[in-house]
Amino acid sequence: METLSALFTFWHAQAGKLGEQTLQHIGLTAASLLLAVLVGGPLGLFLSRRPRWAPAVLGLAGVLQTVPSIALLGFLIPLLGIGPKPAIFALFLYSLLPIIRNTLAGIQGVPPAVEEAARGLGLTDGQVLRQVELPLALPVLMAGIRTAAVINVGVATLAAYVAAGGLGEFIFGGINLNNPVMILAGALPAAGLALAFDALLGGVQKLSARRLRQTGAALLVALPLLAGGYLLPRATGKLLAGFSPEFVGRADGLPGLTKAYGLTHLPSVVLAPALVYEAAHQANVDVIDGYSTDGRIRAYGLRVLRDDRRVFPPYYAVPVVRPAVLRAHPELRAVLAQLDGQISDSAMTELNYRADYLHEDPKVIAEAFLRRRGLWRAPRPAVPSAPVVRLGSKIFAEQYILIEMYAALIRGNTDLAVETKSGLGATSICFEALRTGAIDLYPEYTGTGLLVLLQPRPQVVDSLGGRPAAVLSYVRAEFRRRYGLEWLAPLGFNNTYALLMRGQQARQLGIASVSDLGGYLRK
Amino acid sequence: MPPPLPPVIRVANLCKSYSTQAVVQDVSFELAAGETLVLLGPSGCGKTTLLKMLNRLIEPDGGTVAINGHNVQAQRPEVLRRGIGYVIQQVGLLPHYTVAENIAVVPRLLGHAPAAIAERTTALLTRLHLPPQRYAGQLPHQLSGGQQQRVGLARALAADPPIILLDEPFGALDPLTRASIRREFRELEELRSKTVVLVTHDVTEAFELADRIVLLDAGRVQQLGTPRELLFQPANDFVRRFFAAERLALQLRVLTLGDVFGTQLPDGANPCLTVHEALEKLTAGPANATEKFTVAQLMAAFGEALQREEDAWKR
Repeated sequence: METLSALFTFWHAQAGKLGEQTLQHIGLTAASLLLAVLVGGPLGLFLSRRPRWAPAVLGLAGVLQTVPSIALLGFLIPLLGIGPKPAIFALFLYSLLPIIRNTLAGIQGVPPAVEEAARGLGLTDGQVLRQVELPLALPVLMAGIRTAAVINVGVATLAAYVAAGGLGEFIFGGINLNNPVMILAGALPAAGLALAFDALLGGVQKLSARRLRQTGAALLVALPLLAGGYLLPRATGKLLAGFSPEFVGRADGLPGLTKAYGLTHLPSVVLAPALVYEAAHQANVDVIDGYSTDGRIRAYGLRVLRDDRRVFPPYYAVPVVRPAVLRAHPELRAVLAQLDGQISDSAMTELNYRADYLHEDPKVIAEAFLRRRGLWRAPRPAVPSAPVVRLGSKIFAEQYILIEMYAALIRGNTDLAVETKSGLGATSICFEALRTGAIDLYPEYTGTGLLVLLQPRPQVVDSLGGRPAAVLSYVRAEFRRRYGLEWLAPLGFNNTYALLMRGQQARQLGIASVSDLGGYLRK
Repeated sequence: MPPPLPPVIRVANLCKSYSTQAVVQDVSFELAAGETLVLLGPSGCGKTTLLKMLNRLIEPDGGTVAINGHNVQAQRPEVLRRGIGYVIQQVGLLPHYTVAENIAVVPRLLGHAPAAIAERTTALLTRLHLPPQRYAGQLPHQLSGGQQQRVGLARALAADPPIILLDEPFGALDPLTRASIRREFRELEELRSKTVVLVTHDVTEAFELADRIVLLDAGRVQQLGTPRELLFQPANDFVRRFFAAERLALQLRVLTLGDVFGTQLPDGANPCLTVHEALEKLTAGPANATEKFTVAQLMAAFGEALQREEDAWKR
């Protein structure tokens, strides 16, 4: 009930955005569906005439179907840039299989006697196709289009990752922010859209079950109209920003920044976190959010804009552990403490650069670092049925490197076995895994602990004033009190949010800090 | 004397094979206007292939087909087919068209006026015992097998083509329906003037409907002639064996009162009536005073006539 009212409050507050996203979502689905019908229909027809080609074509379409959507989008970015083009193209590829397959199946399902009789009566090949085969195949063909439509509404949520908008913006923002209301705010309309598309196409099909021309016309008129919703003018400005969904949603992200610096004339699109750097590098966008220790800053020649008004809170990396593990294995505390204060911002950026850009194995990077610092010990021989320490990480290189360091330290200094669970997705997933005991330790950032997990009242956040020590001690005390989890000592670096621009452009425009950016936009 | 009319259908040296299997080998025949030719033979003898080569649903490997003196290869297949009615065993009504729309397919293709099409449809349905007000708007799946085949026949006749091709048209029906539709078919005014080619493997059907029969085996013509010739003057052993099982029944259907009584035809008896039909009349119901002979007299005359035919052939 509480969720429901929160949901309506959210929709009310974000009504404009909801409408825009819904239109974009409809537009993406309809445009891709239209393309798929225009390409898949004739292709299915071709296969019904040349059945020898069918296994190859259907196989290829099937393979496309199995490519994970986010991977497909990743492949398409270098070719088509960001925005609606790669999204529509990816959705188009996904809808091909059901449409080709059902067109073929529909035509093959026409009784041979009916076709023979029609030819025997003197219908030409074209007349047999239009008056016999297509009308009889229509129910199966339409079923394929409806399947494709429902798939597309679902997959179109991922369009939010390539700056193509859609209801996925709410959904992924909600996942990253651990905000179920926000997830529902996008997921419910998406589910509604899927039903609506199915019903609409069902209506088209029923409307004229026997009239092929009308059905075709209805489809070819309805789909572009729906796709047209996408073409509504979008805001334009001197610079275009590309932000990750999490940054757009959280208080210390874009909203805080806009308030403190008055970044009013900065139109933005939402992008997958994994894609923002690439998009800036390719000059698809000009300003992005990022992390101050990211390796790609160095790789792509990006400039970190100085946060001169201290909007971004400190994000010092600290291992968070379950105290039960420390009690069970007291030797562990000293081993973990070996990394305290060892890694500076620039050191971490360098390590990340090796992982993200040079594609070195995080394990190799971690061990090399430990060697340089004289912390490396060869792993002790495995003890049978030794207790296992489970280390978790979110899905990005910095976390992989950190847990590999801890893993190496534990293997070299204790008899404990180590299991690493990398790739636990977003903050909320890691945190829940730790709380429920699925993992024993993961590296967290003080700012994330404060603003995403604890979410204290704004007055409390203001009272901490962004002072690193104050934030750490607040987070440490509250985690102990609320969850019984322990924050150990900071590793040294501050991986905070940062606004980034291409170095060259920033130099040209004379922008070094976020204040400079605000000033330039207001000019 | 006017020159004799050219044959409506002339088939010359027609051949067709699939990979190495010869399906039709060197088949020739001619068909005069209004004649009914039955292509008869066991399954796989090539009769359906032969029929489909007449309207180019199958293209021959060799030989020619001429319709009204024109080689069919010189015509566009769909134009050719619109002038030839076509009925198949599975009927093949368009399932998404009503009965009336199915019948209207060919006239529509030929650009006939809608009013004329409607009138023709009504007339055909009435003649085929499918009251139009009840059946015209129905879809094929609402009809029984026999009704569907009647609609198939009406569809073939709709544009009044001079030639009709039928491929086992009664093959899928139960014996009762089959007999009744066959009777309707035989008595249909529409068909009297048409040149008909009918494919069947049913000997009785062939004898009932044919003016002439082509008996095929393994793609070759075994004998071409009237039913009577096939029965009493078989060209070879295959022909004889093919009719052996039903010989007596066929003889009853082939011989007429004129044949069996000859000059001793009783006064008032119809010489064109077959022995089979005469027997049916004699044995149906109470003694018929109008008949001028008894069953015993008829059978005695029939026996003598058979003997005469046998002697004539041996000589």
